[in-house]
Amino acid sequence: MEHIYDVIIIGGGPAGYTAALYAARAGLDTILLERLSAGGQMALTGDIDNYPGFEEGVDGFTLGMKMQQGAERFGAKTEYAEVTDVDFSEKIKRVIATSGSFLGKTVVISTGANPRELGIDGERELIGKGVHYCAHCDGRFYKDKTVAVVGGGNSAAADALYLSRLAKKVYLIHRRDTLRATKIYHEPLLKVDNVEFVWNSTVQEFITDSRVTGIKVRNVKTGLISSIECNGVFISIGRTPATEIFQEAVMLDQNGYIIADESTRTSAEGVYAVGDVRTKALRQVVTAVSDGAVAVHYAEEYLA
Amino acid sequence: MSVLSINKNNFEQVKNSDKTVLLDFYADWCGPCRMVSPIVDEIAQENPQLLVGKINVDDEPELAASFDVASIPMLVVMKGGQIINQSVGAKPKPQILAMLEV
Repeated sequence: MEHIYDVIIIGGGPAGYTAALYAARAGLDTILLERLSAGGQMALTGDIDNYPGFEEGVDGFTLGMKMQQGAERFGAKTEYAEVTDVDFSEKIKRVIATSGSFLGKTVVISTGANPRELGIDGERELIGKGVHYCAHCDGRFYKDKTVAVVGGGNSAAADALYLSRLAKKVYLIHRRDTLRATKIYHEPLLKVDNVEFVWNSTVQEFITDSRVTGIKVRNVKTGLISSIECNGVFISIGRTPATEIFQEAVMLDQNGYIIADESTRTSAEGVYAVGDVRTKALRQVVTAVSDGAVAVHYAEEYLA
Repeated sequence: MSVLSINKNNFEQVKNSDKTVLLDFYADWCGPCRMVSPIVDEIAQENPQLLVGKINVDDEPELAASFDVASIPMLVVMKGGQIINQSVGAKPKPQILAMLEV
Protein backbone atom coordinates (compact mmCIF):
# COMPACT_ATOMS: atom_id res chain seq x y z
CA MET A 1 0.00 0.00 0.00
CA GLU A 2 1.20 3.48 -0.80
CA HIS A 3 2.37 5.56 2.13
CA ILE A 4 -0.07 8.27 3.19
CA TYR A 5 1.44 11.37 4.77
CA ASP A 6 -0.43 13.53 7.24
CA VAL A 7 0.91 16.67 5.55
CA ILE A 8 2.49 17.25 2.15
CA ILE A 9 4.05 20.69 1.78
CA ILE A 10 4.76 21.99 -1.72
CA GLY A 11 7.60 24.54 -1.74
CA GLY A 12 10.47 25.18 0.66
CA GLY A 13 10.42 28.92 1.27
CA PRO A 14 9.85 30.47 4.71
CA ALA A 15 6.11 29.63 4.73
CA GLY A 16 6.70 26.03 3.70
CA TYR A 17 9.45 25.32 6.18
CA THR A 18 7.52 26.96 9.02
CA ALA A 19 4.56 24.71 8.21
CA ALA A 20 7.02 21.78 8.20
CA LEU A 21 8.40 22.83 11.59
CA TYR A 22 4.97 23.15 13.18
CA ALA A 23 3.69 19.94 11.59
CA ALA A 24 6.73 17.92 12.63
CA ARG A 25 6.60 19.30 16.16
CA ALA A 26 2.93 18.34 16.32
CA GLY A 27 3.98 14.78 15.55
CA LEU A 28 2.49 14.77 12.04
CA ASP A 29 4.08 12.62 9.35
CA THR A 30 5.38 15.42 7.13
CA ILE A 31 7.15 15.68 3.78
CA LEU A 32 8.16 18.87 2.00
CA LEU A 33 8.71 18.85 -1.76
CA GLU A 34 11.16 21.44 -3.08
CA ARG A 35 12.31 21.76 -6.67
CA LEU A 36 15.67 23.40 -6.03
CA SER A 37 16.85 24.54 -2.64
CA ALA A 38 15.50 25.95 0.61
CA GLY A 39 14.58 29.60 0.94
CA GLY A 40 12.58 30.40 -2.18
CA GLN A 41 12.54 34.07 -3.12
CA MET A 42 14.06 34.87 0.26
CA ALA A 43 17.28 33.08 -0.75
CA LEU A 44 17.70 35.61 -3.57
CA THR A 45 17.62 38.49 -1.12
CA GLY A 46 20.96 39.74 0.11
CA ASP A 47 20.17 41.36 3.40
CA ILE A 48 16.93 40.93 5.25
CA ASP A 49 16.59 43.69 7.82
CA ASN A 50 12.92 43.30 8.68
CA TYR A 51 12.86 39.78 10.05
CA PRO A 52 13.02 40.15 13.82
CA GLY A 53 15.77 38.57 15.88
CA PHE A 54 18.70 39.54 13.66
CA GLU A 55 19.94 42.90 14.88
CA GLU A 56 22.53 43.14 12.09
CA GLY A 57 20.22 41.69 9.43
CA VAL A 58 20.62 38.26 7.91
CA ASP A 59 21.19 37.01 4.37
CA GLY A 60 18.19 35.23 2.91
CA PHE A 61 20.03 32.12 1.82
CA THR A 62 21.36 31.47 5.33
CA LEU A 63 17.94 32.10 6.88
CA GLY A 64 16.39 29.59 4.46
CA MET A 65 18.95 26.95 5.40
CA LYS A 66 18.32 27.58 9.09
CA MET A 67 14.56 27.23 8.62
CA GLN A 68 15.08 23.94 6.77
CA GLN A 69 17.42 22.58 9.46
CA GLY A 70 14.99 23.68 12.18
CA ALA A 71 12.14 21.73 10.60
CA GLU A 72 14.30 18.69 9.89
CA ARG A 73 15.48 18.60 13.50
CA PHE A 74 11.94 17.56 14.43
CA GLY A 75 11.65 14.96 11.72
CA ALA A 76 10.24 16.81 8.71
CA LYS A 77 11.61 15.31 5.49
CA THR A 78 12.63 17.19 2.35
CA GLU A 79 12.39 15.59 -1.08
CA TYR A 80 13.98 17.47 -3.97
CA ALA A 81 11.45 17.15 -6.76
CA GLU A 82 9.29 19.46 -8.83
CA VAL A 83 5.54 19.06 -8.50
CA THR A 84 3.89 18.77 -11.90
CA ASP A 85 0.26 17.99 -11.04
CA VAL A 86 -2.14 17.62 -8.13
CA ASP A 87 -5.48 15.93 -7.52
CA PHE A 88 -7.44 17.20 -4.51
CA SER A 89 -10.80 15.69 -5.53
CA GLU A 90 -10.62 12.76 -3.09
CA LYS A 91 -10.26 12.78 0.67
CA ILE A 92 -6.71 11.45 0.24
CA LYS A 93 -4.97 13.96 -1.96
CA ARG A 94 -2.44 13.08 -4.63
CA VAL A 95 0.63 15.16 -5.51
CA ILE A 96 2.59 14.16 -8.60
CA ALA A 97 6.22 15.16 -8.70
CA THR A 98 9.21 14.49 -10.95
CA SER A 99 10.42 11.84 -8.50
CA GLY A 100 7.08 10.05 -8.12
CA SER A 101 3.63 10.41 -6.66
CA PHE A 102 2.75 11.25 -3.05
CA LEU A 103 -0.44 10.76 -1.06
CA GLY A 104 -1.46 13.04 1.79
CA LYS A 105 -4.40 13.67 4.10
CA THR A 106 -3.66 17.40 3.92
CA VAL A 107 -1.64 19.59 1.56
CA VAL A 108 0.01 22.93 2.24
CA ILE A 109 0.75 24.98 -0.87
CA SER A 110 3.75 27.27 -0.45
CA THR A 111 4.99 27.66 -4.00
CA GLY A 112 5.47 31.41 -3.69
CA ALA A 113 5.89 33.74 -6.63
CA ASN A 114 8.34 34.57 -9.40
CA PRO A 115 9.40 37.90 -10.87
CA ARG A 116 6.88 39.28 -13.34
CA GLU A 117 8.18 39.72 -16.86
CA LEU A 118 7.68 42.82 -18.99
CA GLY A 119 6.30 40.60 -21.72
CA ILE A 120 8.11 42.27 -24.61
CA ASP A 121 9.97 40.72 -27.54
CA GLY A 122 13.29 39.10 -26.85
CA GLU A 123 12.99 39.35 -23.08
CA ARG A 124 13.56 35.66 -22.35
CA GLU A 125 16.34 35.25 -24.90
CA LEU A 126 18.17 38.21 -23.36
CA ILE A 127 18.17 36.88 -19.81
CA GLY A 128 21.79 36.99 -18.72
CA LYS A 129 22.60 39.17 -21.75
CA GLY A 130 21.41 42.40 -20.27
CA VAL A 131 17.99 41.43 -18.95
CA HIS A 132 17.96 40.76 -15.21
CA TYR A 133 15.44 40.20 -12.43
CA CYS A 134 17.83 40.16 -9.47
CA ALA A 135 19.93 43.26 -8.87
CA HIS A 136 21.64 41.71 -5.91
CA CYS A 137 22.73 38.70 -7.98
CA ASP A 138 23.87 40.42 -11.15
CA GLY A 139 24.51 44.06 -10.23
CA ARG A 140 28.23 43.60 -9.79
CA PHE A 141 28.69 42.89 -13.48
CA TYR A 142 27.67 46.49 -14.16
CA LYS A 143 30.38 48.26 -12.23
CA ASP A 144 30.91 51.70 -13.82
CA LYS A 145 28.33 50.92 -16.52
CA THR A 146 24.88 52.31 -17.22
CA VAL A 147 21.77 50.41 -16.18
CA ALA A 148 18.02 50.91 -16.17
CA VAL A 149 15.69 49.74 -13.42
CA VAL A 150 12.04 49.26 -14.37
CA GLY A 151 9.40 49.61 -11.66
CA GLY A 152 8.27 51.90 -8.88
CA GLY A 153 7.72 49.77 -5.81
CA ASN A 154 9.94 49.03 -2.83
CA SER A 155 11.94 46.39 -4.69
CA ALA A 156 12.59 48.66 -7.65
CA ALA A 157 13.68 51.50 -5.35
CA ALA A 158 15.95 49.16 -3.37
CA ASP A 159 17.43 47.80 -6.61
CA ALA A 160 18.06 51.32 -7.96
CA LEU A 161 19.79 52.35 -4.75
CA TYR A 162 21.93 49.20 -4.68
CA LEU A 163 22.90 49.64 -8.33
CA SER A 164 23.66 53.35 -7.85
CA ARG A 165 26.62 52.33 -5.68
CA LEU A 166 28.06 50.16 -8.46
CA ALA A 167 26.99 51.59 -11.78
CA LYS A 168 28.04 54.88 -13.30
CA LYS A 169 24.45 55.82 -13.95
CA VAL A 170 21.02 54.38 -13.12
CA TYR A 171 17.79 55.24 -14.92
CA LEU A 172 14.66 54.44 -12.94
CA ILE A 173 11.78 53.93 -15.32
CA HIS A 174 8.30 54.07 -13.91
CA ARG A 175 4.90 54.28 -15.55
CA ARG A 176 3.58 56.83 -13.03
CA ASP A 177 4.90 60.24 -11.98
CA THR A 178 5.75 59.19 -8.46
CA LEU A 179 7.12 56.07 -6.79
CA ARG A 180 4.88 53.63 -4.99
CA ALA A 181 7.84 52.83 -2.73
CA THR A 182 7.57 53.80 0.93
CA LYS A 183 9.65 56.56 2.50
CA ILE A 184 12.43 54.33 3.83
CA TYR A 185 13.13 53.13 0.29
CA HIS A 186 12.32 56.37 -1.50
CA GLU A 187 14.24 58.98 0.46
CA PRO A 188 17.79 57.59 0.13
CA LEU A 189 17.27 57.50 -3.64
CA LEU A 190 16.71 61.25 -3.80
CA LYS A 191 20.12 61.82 -2.22
CA VAL A 192 22.18 60.00 -4.83
CA ASP A 193 23.16 62.02 -7.86
CA ASN A 194 23.63 59.21 -10.40
CA VAL A 195 19.99 58.11 -10.40
CA GLU A 196 17.78 59.72 -13.03
CA PHE A 197 14.01 59.23 -12.84
CA VAL A 198 12.18 58.60 -16.10
CA TRP A 199 8.54 59.17 -15.16
CA ASN A 200 5.34 58.20 -16.94
CA SER A 201 7.21 55.77 -19.10
CA THR A 202 7.03 52.13 -20.10
CA VAL A 203 9.62 49.99 -21.87
CA GLN A 204 8.58 49.27 -25.47
CA GLU A 205 11.52 47.28 -26.76
CA PHE A 206 15.10 46.24 -26.20
CA ILE A 207 17.81 47.66 -28.45
CA THR A 208 20.31 44.86 -28.96
CA ASP A 209 23.57 43.95 -30.55
CA SER A 210 23.88 40.30 -29.41
CA ARG A 211 23.16 41.74 -25.96
CA VAL A 212 21.26 44.73 -24.61
CA THR A 213 22.65 48.11 -25.61
CA GLY A 214 19.61 50.16 -24.76
CA ILE A 215 15.83 50.39 -24.50
CA LYS A 216 13.06 52.32 -26.18
CA VAL A 217 10.63 53.87 -23.74
CA ARG A 218 7.25 55.39 -24.42
CA ASN A 219 5.93 58.32 -22.45
CA VAL A 220 2.39 57.30 -21.55
CA LYS A 221 1.20 60.93 -21.38
CA THR A 222 2.65 62.27 -24.62
CA GLY A 223 3.02 59.02 -26.57
CA LEU A 224 6.58 60.04 -27.47
CA ILE A 225 9.13 57.29 -27.83
CA SER A 226 12.74 57.86 -26.86
CA SER A 227 15.85 55.71 -26.66
CA ILE A 228 17.98 55.24 -23.57
CA GLU A 229 21.44 53.77 -23.89
CA CYS A 230 22.22 51.24 -21.19
CA ASN A 231 24.19 48.05 -20.73
CA GLY A 232 21.66 46.27 -18.57
CA VAL A 233 17.99 46.37 -17.59
CA PHE A 234 16.81 45.25 -14.16
CA ILE A 235 13.11 44.44 -14.15
CA SER A 236 11.33 44.86 -10.84
CA ILE A 237 7.64 45.20 -11.63
CA GLY A 238 6.19 42.82 -9.12
CA ARG A 239 5.56 39.12 -8.92
CA THR A 240 3.46 36.39 -10.45
CA PRO A 241 2.21 33.62 -8.16
CA ALA A 242 3.40 30.11 -9.00
CA THR A 243 -0.07 28.58 -9.26
CA GLU A 244 -0.28 27.20 -12.80
CA ILE A 245 -0.63 23.59 -11.64
CA PHE A 246 -3.37 24.48 -9.14
CA GLN A 247 -5.77 26.15 -11.59
CA GLU A 248 -8.17 23.19 -11.64
CA ALA A 249 -7.61 22.18 -8.02
CA VAL A 250 -8.37 25.31 -5.95
CA MET A 251 -9.97 28.69 -6.56
CA LEU A 252 -7.65 31.48 -7.70
CA ASP A 253 -8.32 35.20 -7.92
CA GLN A 254 -8.01 37.12 -11.20
CA ASN A 255 -4.27 37.65 -10.63
CA GLY A 256 -3.64 33.95 -10.07
CA TYR A 257 -3.30 34.03 -6.29
CA ILE A 258 -4.92 31.20 -4.33
CA ILE A 259 -8.02 32.49 -2.58
CA ALA A 260 -7.64 31.96 1.15
CA ASP A 261 -8.24 34.19 4.17
CA GLU A 262 -6.10 34.46 7.30
CA SER A 263 -7.05 30.87 8.16
CA THR A 264 -5.10 29.86 4.98
CA ARG A 265 -7.94 27.45 4.06
CA THR A 266 -8.51 27.15 0.33
CA SER A 267 -11.62 26.11 -1.60
CA ALA A 268 -10.48 22.47 -1.30
CA GLU A 269 -11.00 20.85 2.08
CA GLY A 270 -7.74 19.97 3.82
CA VAL A 271 -5.70 22.13 1.44
CA TYR A 272 -4.03 25.30 2.72
CA ALA A 273 -2.23 28.14 0.93
CA VAL A 274 0.56 29.93 2.76
CA GLY A 275 2.97 32.77 2.05
CA ASP A 276 3.15 34.81 -1.15
CA VAL A 277 0.95 32.41 -3.10
CA ARG A 278 -2.14 33.38 -1.06
CA THR A 279 -4.39 36.42 -1.43
CA LYS A 280 -3.14 38.78 1.28
CA ALA A 281 -2.30 42.39 1.94
CA LEU A 282 1.35 42.14 2.93
CA ARG A 283 3.83 39.68 1.43
CA GLN A 284 6.82 39.51 3.74
CA VAL A 285 8.92 36.80 5.37
CA VAL A 286 7.22 37.49 8.71
CA THR A 287 3.73 37.09 7.28
CA ALA A 288 4.80 33.98 5.37
CA VAL A 289 6.07 32.21 8.48
CA SER A 290 2.91 33.20 10.31
CA ASP A 291 0.83 31.54 7.58
CA GLY A 292 2.85 28.35 7.93
CA ALA A 293 2.00 28.05 11.61
CA VAL A 294 -1.67 28.93 11.08
CA ALA A 295 -2.07 26.33 8.31
CA VAL A 296 -0.84 23.55 10.56
CA HIS A 297 -3.23 24.65 13.29
CA TYR A 298 -6.18 24.19 10.90
CA ALA A 299 -4.70 21.02 9.41
CA GLU A 300 -4.52 19.49 12.89
CA GLU A 301 -8.13 20.48 13.48
CA TYR A 302 -9.12 18.88 10.16
CA LEU A 303 -7.18 15.69 10.91
CA ALA A 304 -8.60 15.30 14.42
CA MET B 1 35.05 12.96 -9.01
CA SER B 2 35.71 16.04 -6.97
CA VAL B 3 35.03 19.48 -8.29
CA LEU B 4 37.98 21.41 -9.65
CA SER B 5 38.54 24.99 -8.62
CA ILE B 6 39.35 26.70 -11.90
CA ASN B 7 41.57 29.70 -12.37
CA LYS B 8 43.28 31.26 -15.35
CA ASN B 9 46.36 29.07 -14.81
CA ASN B 10 44.62 25.70 -15.02
CA PHE B 11 41.89 26.70 -17.44
CA GLU B 12 43.75 25.65 -20.63
CA GLN B 13 44.05 22.11 -19.32
CA VAL B 14 40.30 22.06 -18.58
CA LYS B 15 39.43 23.47 -21.96
CA ASN B 16 41.49 20.84 -23.78
CA SER B 17 40.16 17.90 -21.76
CA ASP B 18 38.78 14.88 -23.63
CA LYS B 19 35.93 14.79 -21.14
CA THR B 20 32.70 16.75 -21.25
CA VAL B 21 33.26 19.80 -19.06
CA LEU B 22 30.66 21.42 -16.78
CA LEU B 23 31.60 24.89 -15.53
CA ASP B 24 29.79 26.68 -12.74
CA PHE B 25 30.45 30.45 -12.63
CA TYR B 26 29.53 31.67 -9.15
CA ALA B 27 30.22 34.09 -6.33
CA ASP B 28 30.05 33.56 -2.59
CA TRP B 29 27.57 36.41 -2.08
CA CYS B 30 25.05 35.10 -4.60
CA GLY B 31 22.05 33.22 -3.13
CA PRO B 32 21.03 31.28 -6.25
CA CYS B 33 24.69 30.26 -6.73
CA ARG B 34 24.63 28.74 -3.28
CA MET B 35 21.45 26.89 -4.26
CA VAL B 36 23.08 25.37 -7.33
CA SER B 37 26.46 24.63 -5.79
CA PRO B 38 25.53 21.40 -3.91
CA ILE B 39 23.69 20.13 -7.01
CA VAL B 40 26.84 20.64 -9.08
CA ASP B 41 28.82 18.77 -6.40
CA GLU B 42 26.37 15.87 -6.58
CA ILE B 43 26.58 15.72 -10.36
CA ALA B 44 30.38 15.62 -10.15
CA GLN B 45 30.23 12.79 -7.59
CA GLU B 46 27.79 10.73 -9.60
CA ASN B 47 29.38 11.26 -13.02
CA PRO B 48 33.11 10.50 -12.95
CA GLN B 49 33.14 10.69 -16.76
CA LEU B 50 32.67 14.48 -16.48
CA LEU B 51 35.14 17.17 -15.63
CA VAL B 52 33.33 19.56 -13.31
CA GLY B 53 34.79 22.91 -12.33
CA LYS B 54 33.76 26.01 -10.45
CA ILE B 55 34.93 29.49 -11.29
CA ASN B 56 34.67 32.24 -8.71
CA VAL B 57 33.87 35.33 -10.79
CA ASP B 58 35.30 37.69 -8.17
CA ASP B 59 38.65 35.92 -8.16
CA GLU B 60 38.70 35.27 -11.91
CA PRO B 61 37.24 38.34 -13.61
CA GLU B 62 39.19 37.69 -16.83
CA LEU B 63 37.82 34.17 -17.21
CA ALA B 64 34.34 35.44 -16.42
CA ALA B 65 34.70 38.18 -19.02
CA SER B 66 35.97 35.73 -21.64
CA PHE B 67 32.68 33.81 -21.22
CA ASP B 68 30.63 37.04 -21.24
CA VAL B 69 29.28 36.26 -17.79
CA ALA B 70 26.74 38.92 -16.80
CA SER B 71 24.44 36.84 -14.64
CA ILE B 72 25.22 34.16 -12.12
CA PRO B 73 25.02 31.31 -11.50
CA MET B 74 25.97 30.57 -15.10
CA LEU B 75 26.49 26.98 -16.15
CA VAL B 76 28.50 26.16 -19.27
CA VAL B 77 28.94 22.77 -20.91
CA MET B 78 32.02 22.36 -23.12
CA LYS B 79 33.20 19.56 -25.36
CA GLY B 80 36.49 19.61 -27.25
CA GLY B 81 37.05 23.23 -26.28
CA GLN B 82 33.67 24.33 -27.68
CA ILE B 83 30.67 25.61 -25.72
CA ILE B 84 27.78 23.26 -26.49
CA ASN B 85 25.29 24.51 -23.93
CA GLN B 86 24.88 27.26 -21.37
CA SER B 87 22.26 28.63 -19.03
CA VAL B 88 21.88 31.29 -16.39
CA GLY B 89 20.02 31.10 -13.11
CA ALA B 90 19.53 28.34 -10.57
CA LYS B 91 18.23 25.17 -12.21
CA PRO B 92 17.04 21.90 -10.65
CA LYS B 93 19.21 18.83 -11.12
CA PRO B 94 17.22 17.19 -13.95
CA GLN B 95 17.55 20.34 -16.06
CA ILE B 96 21.32 20.47 -15.51
CA LEU B 97 21.64 16.79 -16.40
CA ALA B 98 19.64 17.45 -19.56
CA MET B 99 22.16 20.14 -20.52
CA LEU B 100 24.85 17.47 -20.24
CA GLU B 101 22.81 14.78 -22.02
CA VAL B 102 23.89 12.22 -19.43
